[in-house]
This record gives sequence, structure tokens and C-alpha cells, in this order.
Amino acid sequence: MSRYFTDEHEWIDVDGDIATVGITDYAQEQLGDIVFVELPAEGAKFDKGDDAAVVESVKAASDVYAPISGEVVEANAALEEEPALVNSDPEEDGWFFKLRIADTAELEGLMDEAAYRKFVAGL
Amino acid sequence: MTMLKEGRPTRPVALAQDKATANPTITGNKALMLEEALIFEIGSHETTGVDIAPAPQVKSRLGGLERRKPIALPGLSEPETVRHYTRLSRQNYGIDLGFFPLGSCTMKHNPRLNEKMARLPGFADIHPLQPQSTVQGALAVIHELAEWLVTLTGMHSVAMSPKAGAHGELCGLLAIRAALEARGDARSVVLVPESAHGTNPATAAFCGYAVEDIPATPEGRVDLAALKARLGPDVAAVMITNPNTCGLFERDLRTISEAVHAAGGFVYCDGANFNAIVGRVRPGDLGVDAMHINLHKTFSTPHGGGGPGSGPVVFSEALSPYAPLPFVEKTADGHVLIEEETAGEHHAGSFGRMVAFHGQMGMFTRALTYIMSHGADGLRQVSEDAVLNANYILRSLEDVLDAPFAASGPCMHEALFSDKGMAEGFTTLDIAKGLIDEGFHPMTVYFPLVVHGAMLVEPTETEGKAALDQFIVALRSVAQRANAGDAALKGAPYFAPRRRLDETLAARKPVLVWTEPEAVAEAAE
Repeated sequence: MSRYFTDEHEWIDVDGDIATVGITDYAQEQLGDIVFVELPAEGAKFDKGDDAAVVESVKAASDVYAPISGEVVEANAALEEEPALVNSDPEEDGWFFKLRIADTAELEGLMDEAAYRKFVAGL
Repeated sequence: MTMLKEGRPTRPVALAQDKATANPTITGNKALMLEEALIFEIGSHETTGVDIAPAPQVKSRLGGLERRKPIALPGLSEPETVRHYTRLSRQNYGIDLGFFPLGSCTMKHNPRLNEKMARLPGFADIHPLQPQSTVQGALAVIHELAEWLVTLTGMHSVAMSPKAGAHGELCGLLAIRAALEARGDARSVVLVPESAHGTNPATAAFCGYAVEDIPATPEGRVDLAALKARLGPDVAAVMITNPNTCGLFERDLRTISEAVHAAGGFVYCDGANFNAIVGRVRPGDLGVDAMHINLHKTFSTPHGGGGPGSGPVVFSEALSPYAPLPFVEKTADGHVLIEEETAGEHHAGSFGRMVAFHGQMGMFTRALTYIMSHGADGLRQVSEDAVLNANYILRSLEDVLDAPFAASGPCMHEALFSDKGMAEGFTTLDIAKGLIDEGFHPMTVYFPLVVHGAMLVEPTETEGKAALDQFIVALRSVAQRANAGDAALKGAPYFAPRRRLDETLAARKPVLVWTEPEAVAEAAE
């Protein structure tokens, strides 16, 4: 399993043709206390860059983009009950949704962990 | 016999700052600031302040759908009711009580002359369905104000009916869509710079457009190159706030308008910050096609709980044929209201109607009073003083608070600071809460989003130097405490009716309905 990052502060775990998507620790830190997460429906199809979810904090509401194209196979129902998971464990239990990857070629050009940490340090 | 030398002590003994919280009173009251329960918690359902004869026995025809339990209205006597609301009003803070530097909101003084004029019976006691011959004065006010707004903005026409800023944005975009449809041009994208007001993308999305961001430059203005690169046959409009939410004038607006027009799009300007440029800049000269004007900001009509908004929209010649109905025209026979029945071919392109009647009449009267009592030279001084006051605050505090755009030149009517430089763990929220203890309504916080931990201070022109100096002393002290990591600041406010609220819990688990204690107890059983 390998993990990729986007410059929109999302992480993607790829396991076979399934990608698990969440927002990074840096993103949750910037958003502040998260109070609501709107998740995509199972079966929803997204092109890379489409608005896939909404995350709302006490400070702001932000879109979460589909980092790659694909079809939603599962959304993290735990977030509806406990949106605070995104703050407490953003890069594991606070995942947003899983996509069946439409085109693995889209993964090329995304950052790896080291590149992303460097990107964040430069902000 | 010796005389008592001490007399009445006039100085308090030194008290620890948290004495008030360490020694709470038995009532919860703080001196003459009284704790107040919810109205449902005072009195009893069995009592009432009004004597009403018992209802006669009647045979119910509701077929078993009668209410089974009393509706539990609060039962208060008249003095209890008066005290309840008076006590609550003392916990409120408003522009009539003190400095209200809420950035982007233009909380300026609402002159009392406005109120006097709005209460004249010829304006206050009329109905929108009265025959027009009996309301010529009111129609003349609408027409006169419309003329002023068109003149001040250098535009071609104005729709008076939109009822607030965002309603005005909707009006502007509907006219743009009507103009595009009239030429058979289906465009799907609205561009919104990062430095625009938050309502702009919401309006565009509500109108069915896809919204795309245009980045800001490090100086806090629209990135002209990025905007030009994105223009194309799919772009319906660009929505620009000028002056923008970073408190800066968009110097390239004319160039932007020319580029947008060349690409076949329209320019919508969010005029919420018109206060900073009224009398000095005419948006029409900058190529703007539509702009709303917040009468409740620039033209001093009350808002924020004190009165409804009003957001007339001025239009360029290109968009005027699509403006909404109704409008007032001056003819040889007096003022005439042009509506659906009377518009005919004269205004066949109108996209329709925004509201049932004519808009916020009370606000029109107040705004026209404000304009006429200031005159053209007075309005020019309004924007000068608003900008001068904001720059005074910016330059007085930039040594203790990070001012991200301080090097971009003078600010307009609001000064923007960030949370950079505060001690570890200290945030903008701590500054806001500390200011409450010092007796000031906090500035706008965490907006605009382009600045981390933003603090947006808009003093307006109606504050004198003494008020500004008091605020600067208070904010300087609170900022220094945040920079030094004064742990006590994390506990602020200490002296407000309530201490720091758990905003996260309030948003995650809001309690929106009061439930009777008995019902709560029953539910628990």
C-alpha cells in the first residue's frame, strides 16, 4: 500500500484499485475544530478535481476535491456521528471516502510523504 | 471627640483580577448587572398578566384533534415582562453603546435625523397598494434617491427593490444571465477572486454557475495575469469586491473590466465597501456592469438587529434593459410606478421582479436623508475620514500586530491584521475575547480567509480620535499579552455575562429548543 498527497492537502492510500481519501493533519490544523462533514453517496462518480465532500469547521466551510477520478465505494459513516475524528486522527480513522480508481495514471505527479512535508514547510 | 478623618472610601482595595469569579455572588448577579433566566423559566403557566374572561363552553368540531395539553405560554405579569426584556437589552451591545469595529460591516452611527424623517406619517403610515396619486411624496423619495445613487456611481440605472447585499448580488447576476440569454450565449462559469466577499461565490452557485477562484497576489489584490489567462467564451461574469476584503483598492479594475468585456463577459462589483470610495470614485468609470450598494452600510441605515438591509443595484447601459421591475419614473404628471402592466415594450427585457412591492421604503427615506444632509462635499469627506481612521489604526498597531499588507500602501476603510507573532498556543480568538473584557466589541475575526487568523478592523468615519485612541490602547495591551503568552488571556472574558463559550460543542450539538424540566425528567425515566 502506498500513500500519496495533493497540494490541496488530501492524502490517498492506494490498495489495489481502491483509494482511501482523507485530509492531512496540516489541513485539519488550518480548519480548526470540525463540526460537520458531508460525504458523497456510494456509487457517486467523480472526475479528478470535482467537489466530493464538504468539511465545515467553526471557522469555515471547505470543499474536499476528488484527488483522482473514480466511483465511491464507501464513505466513512463514523464521521457523521463524530466529525471530531478528522481533528483527532485525520490521517487514519478520520478518512472521508473510498474510491474505485478509474485511471491509475492520475496518481503520477502526486506527492509522496517526503515531498508533501517539504511542500507544507514552504507554506 | 475627634473627627473621622477617613471619610467615605473612594478607592477600591487592590483586588485580584479573578476575584469576581473566585467569589461569585449567591444570586449570580454582578452588582447591578443582573442574571436573567429564560422567559419560560420565570413565572408559571398558571399565571398571566392579562385578565381574560374564561372561554364559554362550546362543542368541539375538531373531531378528536383538539390540543390535549396546554401550550405552556410563559405566564408573566407586566412588570416582570418589562424587566425581563430590559435586562436582556442591557446585555446587548450596539453602535449606540460603543465602538463597533466589525470589519466589512460598516457599523457607523445611524443619525437621528434619519429616524425623524422616516417617522413622518407621509412615509411611515402608507401602504404599497395605495393609489399612486396619494403617495407621490414617497415615490419622489424613491426617485430622488435613485438619481443620487446613479450619479454617485456613474452608472446608467438602478433597481431599488433588492432587500440586502446578497439579494442585490442575486439581482445583478440574474440581469447578467438575462443579457447573455438574450444574445443566445450560454456561459457557465463565474470567476471570483479570493479577495472577494464570501457571499459572491454563494450567489453565483445559487444562480447555477460553476464558481472558479482567482488567486490573490502577495500584495492582496487580484492576480491580473491569472484572471486574464482564465477568461474565455465560457465565462459569464467576474465578481470583484472593491475595495476588497484585504482592505485594498483594486487598482487594476479598469484593466480587468476591459479584458472581461473583450472576452464577452460582464463585471459584477460587490459594492459593500463603497463607503471607502463614495464621492471619490465612480464604479461606472471603472467598467463595472452591475454593483449593489448597501444602504445599511454606506448610507447609514441601521442594521445588525436594528433594521432591515437594503441593497439597490446600479447597472451599466448594457445591462439596464434587463433590470427588474418596478421602478419609478418622473413624468410631467408626477411620479409613476412602472410595473408589469405599465412597462410594456418600454422595458420588455426585464428579468422579472425581486420582491412583491418596491423595496425597503423606510431605508430609502433614511438613506436619502443621510445623503441630503451630507451633500456631495459631505459624502466626499465620509470616505476620506473612513480611510484616514482605518490607516490611523493600521499604523498605530503594526508594531504589535502583524499587518500582512502594510507594505501594499495605505489601506482603504479597514485595517487587516494576522495572528503571526503571537506566542505558541495563542490565537486571534484570545485577542477577541480579551477585547470584550476591555469593553470593546471585537473586530471581524477569521475573515478574510486569505490571511491566517485574520482580524479585520473597520472604524468608520463616525468615530473621533479619542475613541480610536482608546481602542488602540486596549487592542495594543491585549496584543502584547498574546505575544508575551500571558496565560490569563486564555481565560478571557472574565467580566462578560458568560465566560468563554464552547463554540465547537455549540456547533456540533446545538440545543435549539427549550424543553420543560418535567419533560426532561419524564424522558429520562
